[in-house]
Amino acid sequence: MIEVDRLSLDIHGTPILRDVSFAMEPGKTFGLVGESGSGKSMTALALMQLLPDGSRTSGRASLDGIDLLDRPEAEMCTLRGNQLGMIFQEPMTALNPVRTIGDQVAETLRIHGAASRSDALDVARQKLDRVGLPQIALDRYPHELSGGQRQRVCIATAIALRPRLLIADEPTTALDVTTQAQILDLLRGLVDEEDMALLLITHDLAVVADMADHVAVMKTGEIVEQGATRDVLSQQRHAYTRALFEASHHRPGRTPRPAGAPLLTGQAIDRHYPGPRIGLLRRGDAIHAVNDVSLTLKEGESLGLVGESGCGKSTLTRAILGLDPIQGGEIRALGNAISPAMPHAMRAGIQVVFQDPYGSFNPRWTVEHLVAEPYHLLPAKPSRAEQKAEVAKALEAVGLQAADMDKYPHEFSGGQRQRIAIARALITHPKILVLDEAVSALDVRVRAQILDLLADLQDRMGLSYLFISHDLTVVRAITDRVMVMQAGQIVEEGPTDTVFATPEHPYTQALLAAAPRLPDYARKD
Amino acid sequence: MLRYILGRLLSLSLSLIVASLVIFTVIEVIPGDPAAFMLGLNADEATVQALRADLGLDGSKAERYLAWIAGMIQGDFGTSYTYRVPVAELVADRLWVSLPLAVLSLILSTVIAFPVGLLAAANRGRAADYGIMGGTQLGIAIPNFWFGMLLVLVFAVNLRWFSAGGFPGWEEPLLALKSLLLPSVALALPQAAILARVMRSALIETLAQDYMRTARAKGLSRRQALLRHALRNALIPVLTIIGLQFSFLLAGAIIIENVFFLPGLGRLIFQGITQRDLVVVESVTMLLVFAVIVVTFLVDIAYAIADPRLRRRA
Repeated sequence: MIEVDRLSLDIHGTPILRDVSFAMEPGKTFGLVGESGSGKSMTALALMQLLPDGSRTSGRASLDGIDLLDRPEAEMCTLRGNQLGMIFQEPMTALNPVRTIGDQVAETLRIHGAASRSDALDVARQKLDRVGLPQIALDRYPHELSGGQRQRVCIATAIALRPRLLIADEPTTALDVTTQAQILDLLRGLVDEEDMALLLITHDLAVVADMADHVAVMKTGEIVEQGATRDVLSQQRHAYTRALFEASHHRPGRTPRPAGAPLLTGQAIDRHYPGPRIGLLRRGDAIHAVNDVSLTLKEGESLGLVGESGCGKSTLTRAILGLDPIQGGEIRALGNAISPAMPHAMRAGIQVVFQDPYGSFNPRWTVEHLVAEPYHLLPAKPSRAEQKAEVAKALEAVGLQAADMDKYPHEFSGGQRQRIAIARALITHPKILVLDEAVSALDVRVRAQILDLLADLQDRMGLSYLFISHDLTVVRAITDRVMVMQAGQIVEEGPTDTVFATPEHPYTQALLAAAPRLPDYARKD
Repeated sequence: MLRYILGRLLSLSLSLIVASLVIFTVIEVIPGDPAAFMLGLNADEATVQALRADLGLDGSKAERYLAWIAGMIQGDFGTSYTYRVPVAELVADRLWVSLPLAVLSLILSTVIAFPVGLLAAANRGRAADYGIMGGTQLGIAIPNFWFGMLLVLVFAVNLRWFSAGGFPGWEEPLLALKSLLLPSVALALPQAAILARVMRSALIETLAQDYMRTARAKGLSRRQALLRHALRNALIPVLTIIGLQFSFLLAGAIIIENVFFLPGLGRLIFQGITQRDLVVVESVTMLLVFAVIVVTFLVDIAYAIADPRLRRRA
């Protein structure tokens, strides 16, 4: 039995959590949902007493009557990993790269004195079998495993001593949908089997609807609403809960219009990488990242490209942008062939928005400098006054203000930065905009706003979009046609609504089946 | 792993060949006639001719290079012009001073640096960290010859625990070791200061990694997490510095050798240069290059032991 009673937290005097109260039962899953910065992870870290330096907590958080908040550090060490297990969002970096996985699972037992070294390795073997890795030897290293496999190892590590409470902080956010479905299945099975409580932290309402018995919605450090999942989701009493729901299946209003002439065409595109070096002179087989892909993007059209990580969609995108050479076929846009050697003026016609706006901005440049950067692609740079006027126009077009041009990127929120990235892409008046996971890092409400903006810009400027994403909901909301990519090839292509309603290829069917969906009772449209 | 080692060995051999070509070219080919150069401006022609024959300079350049390499493989490094003894003998004597000195200094600096670096990283931002950072700054700033003289003043002149310099030979190992102690402390201290700082920053970077949080969530205390998970991950930059330091200690101890009157390799090469004894310079340089390349090879192997991800790369 876990009871959190008026838990408050401040870090260096800044309030982070305020009066958070909830209770959890063994064998049940408790979902904690909210946007980034709402305090979900901090709540979990407070239970684990792994808060950053300068943290001060008040209230109670008790596990079977023991208040975790006032335990001395030495006692917390005996509870963590033993009574309290935790797994994190990034399986790729959550394991120590220089130690074997068997060693890392066994360490949980060894550190708590629960088993001798050889016994601990036996238990590690059993636990890895249980989390679905019977074929993986104990002496493998993390880098030899996929992301999903690594998350399974993390789960095995966390449940090795059958904890009373397992905290899973966005356990599937970094994984592909099919892997996500498997990991969620595993967690569900473990909760039943081990009779432990699962605290599932996620931003994804569909995941919570699928997994949790009870749910709490968090906003800026407070729980605004909680209760049985079905009640909370179907009634949506709090305005914030409603806003989250609406945003998560938001479809921007788009004016249907007939697609024009083809703007961008790809014929039998091949993109190969040389294989890894074997010895000094030999190389392994070439890696076919993109294999015989053909595509057409028409004027005013929005074309989606979906697929899981490693399917080749980023490689294809780089080829279409003329960043990498292709080894076979041809890409043409706006009447010219695309290649790394193409003239600058052509690049001005195809612009791109990436996933992480902060990473693609030089933090020491003003917004004006950033937005005006593509001007170097044009043969004649505008004068300073013209540049200012154009940047002001672009910023206003994306819903920012002209005065923002004198600020620096760190002064903006994630959604505003993505607007700046879009303004930068629009400054040369391109015909084609490539959106590479452009809304994937954003919270649902911000994502809905950016999707609205993109739909609006397309209507006003007649832009053509190539929209690349792993997120099927988003692709469905914004595209006219969709291509599904698997292992370097397009396996299915067609009008978005048709492909989503009646998928033909088994891979498309598997993708759609694996994607978590909001239950019908939660939909209010 | 075997493939990795073979790959490194191949690269080691290639480096040796290239290095020997460079040394041969620089010393034998570029500055005109080595015999005339060695004898100075006023030497008469007959003497120069005699020395040419003596040095085996009559053949073509390719022949001379191959003869030099073949000689070295058989342990024949030529005969020193000034000392009139085989260079191999000369170098072996000196190596028995320089190599133990370098090894001793390296052990000292590592033994000091590891705990100090760990302590600083574990107490980052607290008094202990600031104290250590200040101390290492001082250790880097103090010139080692000055520190060496200070040691002589305190431990040899005032306390009379050690002799002020010189080397008695290895007939009495304890005495020999004792005479190397002060110079190795003088050499080790600045190295230890650098190594401790590298260790600290590598550890601090590692402490911020996700897997450290996983380790804590498993129930490891801060200290256990530091020793079991952070240390090995922080080793790569530390090993790099250790490799560089060993090479430096072997060849670059010349100032300390002079302060303590030690007959080491540094002094030998210095004397060889001032006396234009090109045979000695050439051989000692080649030997030092060989040592540096072998150390690099050993460091590469150590990388692969420390980090399994490096094992598959050739």
